[in-house]
Amino acid sequence: MRSTTSTQRKPKSANTAAKSAAAALAAALALSLTACGGNDDKSSDTGATGGKETGTTVTLPKLNGQSLEVAAVWSGEEQANFKKVLAEFEKRTGAKVTFVPAQDPIVNFLGSKVAGGQPPDVAMLPQPGAIKQAVDKKWAKPLGTEAKAELAKNYAQGWQDIGKVGGTQYGVYYKAANKSLIWYNAKVFENAGATEPKTWDELLTTAQTVYDSGVTPFSVGGAEGWTLTDWFENVYLSQAGPEKYDQLAKHEIKWTDPSVKDALTTLAQVWGKKDYVAGGAKGALQTDFPASVTQTFTGGEQPKAAMVYEGDFAQVNIQTAKAKVGTDAKVFPFPKVGDTAPVVSGGDAAVILKDSKGAQALATFLASPDAATIQAKLGGYLSPNKSVDISSYPNPVQQKIAKALIGSGDDFRFDMSDQAPQAFGGTPGKGEWKALQDFLSNPKNIAGTQAKLEADAAAAYGN
Amino acid sequence: MTSATEAGVPPAPASPKSRKSVTGTRRTVAAMFLLPALVLLGALVVYPIGYSIVRSFYNQSGDGFAGIDNYKALFTDDGIRTALKNNIIWVVFAPTIATALGLIFAVLTERIRWGTAFKLVVFMPMAISMLAAGIIFRLVYDQDPDKGFANAVWVGVHDTFAQSSAFPKAHPGRNSPLVAQSGGFITKTTVHTGGTITLPLVGVAPDQMPSDAKKAVEPQADPGRITGTTWQDFTRGKGVGTLGGVDPTELGYPGMKIEAVKDGKVVETAKAGADGTFSFSEKADGAQLRLPASNFKEAYNGLDWLGPSLVTPAIIGSYIWMWAGFAMVLIAAGLAGIPRELLEAARVDGASEWQVFRRVTVPLLAPVLAVVTVTLMINVLKIFDLVFIIAPGSSRDDANVLALELYQKGFAEDQPGIASAISVFLLLLVIPVMWFNIRRLRREVRR
Repeated sequence: MRSTTSTQRKPKSANTAAKSAAAALAAALALSLTACGGNDDKSSDTGATGGKETGTTVTLPKLNGQSLEVAAVWSGEEQANFKKVLAEFEKRTGAKVTFVPAQDPIVNFLGSKVAGGQPPDVAMLPQPGAIKQAVDKKWAKPLGTEAKAELAKNYAQGWQDIGKVGGTQYGVYYKAANKSLIWYNAKVFENAGATEPKTWDELLTTAQTVYDSGVTPFSVGGAEGWTLTDWFENVYLSQAGPEKYDQLAKHEIKWTDPSVKDALTTLAQVWGKKDYVAGGAKGALQTDFPASVTQTFTGGEQPKAAMVYEGDFAQVNIQTAKAKVGTDAKVFPFPKVGDTAPVVSGGDAAVILKDSKGAQALATFLASPDAATIQAKLGGYLSPNKSVDISSYPNPVQQKIAKALIGSGDDFRFDMSDQAPQAFGGTPGKGEWKALQDFLSNPKNIAGTQAKLEADAAAAYGN
Repeated sequence: MTSATEAGVPPAPASPKSRKSVTGTRRTVAAMFLLPALVLLGALVVYPIGYSIVRSFYNQSGDGFAGIDNYKALFTDDGIRTALKNNIIWVVFAPTIATALGLIFAVLTERIRWGTAFKLVVFMPMAISMLAAGIIFRLVYDQDPDKGFANAVWVGVHDTFAQSSAFPKAHPGRNSPLVAQSGGFITKTTVHTGGTITLPLVGVAPDQMPSDAKKAVEPQADPGRITGTTWQDFTRGKGVGTLGGVDPTELGYPGMKIEAVKDGKVVETAKAGADGTFSFSEKADGAQLRLPASNFKEAYNGLDWLGPSLVTPAIIGSYIWMWAGFAMVLIAAGLAGIPRELLEAARVDGASEWQVFRRVTVPLLAPVLAVVTVTLMINVLKIFDLVFIIAPGSSRDDANVLALELYQKGFAEDQPGIASAISVFLLLLVIPVMWFNIRRLRREVRR
């Protein structure tokens, strides 16, 4: 008897295993979603009223009775805020807009939708590579004249260009991320008598000052490779300049290039000092991104680290650590290593998948400052739209971040690893992620890291 | 339909009737009965296997024949080779250890009064999903001894035997008179009788300062002795303040050990007081002062459970935690079926308990043990979730297993050809184990 009951249990548990794999995936997705999502509870109330006061700068057609679907990977607060923008669109046009929650990677999600003959009208694609993929697979439809006119009016040329494929405009970058920020624990800086650095050398001095006060200067979330690639990109963009950056992103120059060596040498000035990184290299490699932020802003006057590098979306994690952005947690732009301070960005572009008057109108609306202002007021959001008034952002920190992004004009660069093939720039434990993780644990091995990066890149780019 | 009517009819007349119809239309009826099962089996098992095999010979996009390129990649790609190696480690260790533990638990619980309660506890992890178990063990293996249970125990044991020092992160500040030497620090200049010396350091966190630390005082010259101060040259909110000089709120380093070194030999040692002051006799005249490494020993941080070298054993540990209970329950059932007389007979013949276990119990249980091991082997070959969840990104490729690599290649890297090749390879690995299981089952039936 007992033996039969227990043998019956066996297939059951195998079943659970399969289920939990799916759940694990979902959990991982949820994590990555929250990592990208921004939420600012306090400002959402003000925003709800603020949304209605927004002026009208764009004329939209009447679309009574039409219905549209918009797919994006956003969840939680971010999704709720975006829905308020869609509500405004519904109010102005009379169309009905449904938000379709998608999963990462959204291109795979859309693939199944397209294969099923039910693509959403508009999708938010996170990388230039994804837009190109959508165009190559003939899913994406070009923008119409109204949308293009709105785009030309409100966007810097650089932001328009990354929405183009083969000279045709497909994407409207609705949401941006500023990944050139260093967040710091204000209390620690005050205790140590440290100041916000403007250059890399000043950053090292600041780090030393903080270290002398008894706090480890940096927190690095090395368990996730993308934080490391972002570090590298900022140093590289500032040191080697935008042209080289573009070439490296397209793998036109090799990773064995001397400029890469310089960037890695510079990085090693921080990563290579045993006591500069919280937990040492080994500890950093076990610290995931949310933990790297929370450990910087918890622990009173003795946090595990004083500074943490990452984009504006780190605010979400700062708030989970019960620290206040602007008072407990402050921010300074990534210091310049070369001639100019780097601005590395990310973003989500609206792409039309089903051409219709409604879809075009929605793209036009998303390119207008009206839409962006609504969400800007709600917080946790950054728009590349230069016509959005900086004062729309709810707090000084947000305003500072937005100013740095818009102020860079065309000199910003899109996240390099996001432009690379996924096998190289976006897979845990592989390619650039893994190479930089190995570099973090052994910062003396610059030549070996370059060789490994080049080998992996060559395989992934296929050249 | 026929079976439904049969069920209603009394058994006696029904059996000859059905026998007749079966002999008459045997093949068609058989086919009809088999059809639903065949269709389902074909659509859900045979077709996917067949298509995977076909797909494994095509390239990434699926429109060009690739020959055996995908299989070549299987044995040349570093990631897949690590996965293969790890799978072998898994298959060898996880089922055997789980079975061995299960056997021990089963035999022991037979003997104790609260056996059932004990079995319940050991079996409990089976009720937890792999996902939850993974998350639990991610925490258990956390590097930080304050969070990770494994390291908390390890560090606790370690610190009982070796204590860390009070000033782990102290280091010389700018323009310091000290230079680093084999983990400690030594003065650049020599000291002389009647002179004073300052040994400023920085970097001890305020909350880690010994509680008896007092405000540091400048060394007072003493004609017959060498005097000095060692203190934290750092003022809150002001940085170092006077560089190399004692500021009013700066604290001394009580208990800091100082050695006077002449020609590489220690001639005298001293300990700093609560205000950081210390002194040497004239014996130390002309010596360099050294703060030995023992002052700065780092707090022990435990093992790197999820680092590259330990991650696979660590995950296997969590697997065993889950599945030892399963093995135990199956083996206990087998144990209940062993004729008591044999054990009694052995005992009467004067066999010790160990001999009874070794020579009687285990051989009699062999078939059950084989079933358990083989079942676990099949289970282990497809291990995915625990590795996926427990291994942090930085050691994911060191913990890689075939099923995870299959998922990565197929869904993250968009390489369905290689992913199919991996799945075919996995199938080939499972076949001998399945064949063994089926053969054993047949033998059992015949017996």
